[in-house]
Amino acid sequence: MGAEEDKKLIIDTLKGKTTKTKFYLKDFNKMFPERRPREVSKLVNEMVAEGLLEYWSTGSTTMIGLKGAGIQHEAEDSDQ
Amino acid sequence: MAKRKTPMLDELENGKWPSFVSDIKQEAEKRKTSDIDFQTPKEVCDDLLDLLELSFKDREGHWKHGGVAGVFGYGGGVIGRYCDQPEEFPAVKDFHTLRVNQPSSYFYKTEFLRQMCELWERRGSGITNMHGSTGDIILLGTTTPQIEEIFWELTHNLKQDLGGSGSNLRSPNCCIGKSRCEFACYDTQEACRNLTLEFQDELHRPSFGYKFKMKFDGCPNGCVASIARSDMSVIGTWKDDIRIDQEAVRAYVAGEFKPDGGGFAGRDWGPFDIVKEVIDLCPTHCMAWNGNKLGINNRECNRCMHCINTMPRALRIGKETGASILFGAKAPILEGAQLSTLTIPFMPMEEPFNEIKELIGKIWDWWSEEGRSRERLGELMQRKGFAKFLEVCEVKADPRMIKEPRSNPYIFWKEADIPGGWERDIKDFRKRHQK
Ligand code: HEM
Ligand code: HEM
Ligand code: SF4
Ligand code: SF4
Repeated sequence: MGAEEDKKLIIDTLKGKTTKTKFYLKDFNKMFPERRPREVSKLVNEMVAEGLLEYWSTGSTTMIGLKGAGIQHEAEDSDQ
Repeated sequence: MAKRKTPMLDELENGKWPSFVSDIKQEAEKRKTSDIDFQTPKEVCDDLLDLLELSFKDREGHWKHGGVAGVFGYGGGVIGRYCDQPEEFPAVKDFHTLRVNQPSSYFYKTEFLRQMCELWERRGSGITNMHGSTGDIILLGTTTPQIEEIFWELTHNLKQDLGGSGSNLRSPNCCIGKSRCEFACYDTQEACRNLTLEFQDELHRPSFGYKFKMKFDGCPNGCVASIARSDMSVIGTWKDDIRIDQEAVRAYVAGEFKPDGGGFAGRDWGPFDIVKEVIDLCPTHCMAWNGNKLGINNRECNRCMHCINTMPRALRIGKETGASILFGAKAPILEGAQLSTLTIPFMPMEEPFNEIKELIGKIWDWWSEEGRSRERLGELMQRKGFAKFLEVCEVKADPRMIKEPRSNPYIFWKEADIPGGWERDIKDFRKRHQK
């Protein structure tokens, strides 16, 4: 798969989730079961730099979501 | 807005100890009369105090938890904090914390500190915490639009980078090491700086399921408490013998040198008694004193540092120095608090530190692969067992990893390790063993 296809898969998968807007890095690993986690985190970080995804952090843990999706602070209704 | 009536907080100013309430009030007053070109609300300290008073009254916090606040391209270093009463306390509506990577061992020029304080009063709240448990300089409280501005000034004018937060490598941290301390078994500052630079990507961009901390103690005295506070604890040690200056030992016994560097000066502890204060306190009972000569059975010494701390002019660390590397310390979320476990009894610690970097790579790969979200390395080690962890590190089990028989994890043999495997010839066996 090329990088563009990978990114599309990520975006489509996240858009397909109706109940959640913030995800752990592990959730991205699951989208690419045959890849090493470090490759996946590189891809995710690249997508943040491109403005497609954004980090959301408690200070202790980091989650990742589509840019602008869901609440910008406090995850009252997320199931973390 | 800023009304500042804080009877309950005021109670915290009583007593002889320092008070954060007094400190914040001082800053609040300063902001009223200062001619600084404030880029953040002038009343930020007043609102902060009022909000805390309200929390005391309500017995509830008024801060939300987490957010997207950050610097472009960085997934750490900024901790978003938003107040849940923004109408009443507009000056602390957003009150983000910045973690700034500290210089190794906290060496500052006063010029740097002045610049940093000036920046933080202008673009933040003026409130700092030097330093957080992570080791970073903590700058407490700024607004969202200021974050990028501060980052620019920090990196361009102060030449200081943000530290780690979230699911990142956290800012590595070290003791004062060889710059000041004769006990240092390796250059902790060099190791800390080298690994910080090596792992910039992991520090700034979340690549793990949770946080990862590494701390560097120059010797087992553990001045940064790496064994309790870091997923990877690097603790200086030596392989050969403690160096003894018998002349100086006798001088301690004769009262010519003060034991513990004169540390017990507050009251009269009586004359120094080497048997009571050193020989009998050696945890491995490997020392002897015959009234004239000190002997150490170095094979049994576990490098606790007690004798060296007590008589530093007479005893010195060995010459073949390096570090022990331990993994898995953590605070109690799952399974309770845990100290790090000895994994590499001895590793030389020299630039360019390739051996430890390689080890870290193996462990991060395993942790990323097998770890659950929000699972610390120490929890994964517990879940999978120490034998598995040793396999990941590609090291063999070693008696030095074991404190005492019966309290350690079982070692399971693999078929490949057994000559002939699991299969055996029952007839051959029966030749030697009756039914
Ligand atoms: C009674 C209330 C609170 C308690 C008991 C508490 C406790 C703690 C503790 C134990 C730490 C770790 C300390 C360290 O790493 O140095 C911490 C860190 C932190 N707290 Fe709180 N906290 C409280 C309120 C707050 C509030 C109101 C805020 C924000 C306005 C806040 C923001 C933070 C931040 C940003 C950190 C990380 C700082 C660092 O890196 O050192 N906390 N807190
Ligand atoms: C290399 C050989 C041996 C190994 C690896 C071994 C291993 C063990 C282990 C792991 C236990 C459980 C310990 C515990 O739960 O605290 C145990 C218990 C025991 N073993 Fe062995 N054993 C060995 C040889 C022997 C021999 C030769 C005998 C008797 C002649 C023996 C008698 C016992 C007894 C009676 C117990 C129960 C002790 C108790 O309840 O505290 N073992 N052994
Ligand atoms: S940990 Fe050891 S080497 Fe480092 S400052 Fe403390 S006593 Fe010195
Ligand atoms: S360092 Fe500790 S264990 Fe070693 S000889 Fe001294 S007191 Fe004993």
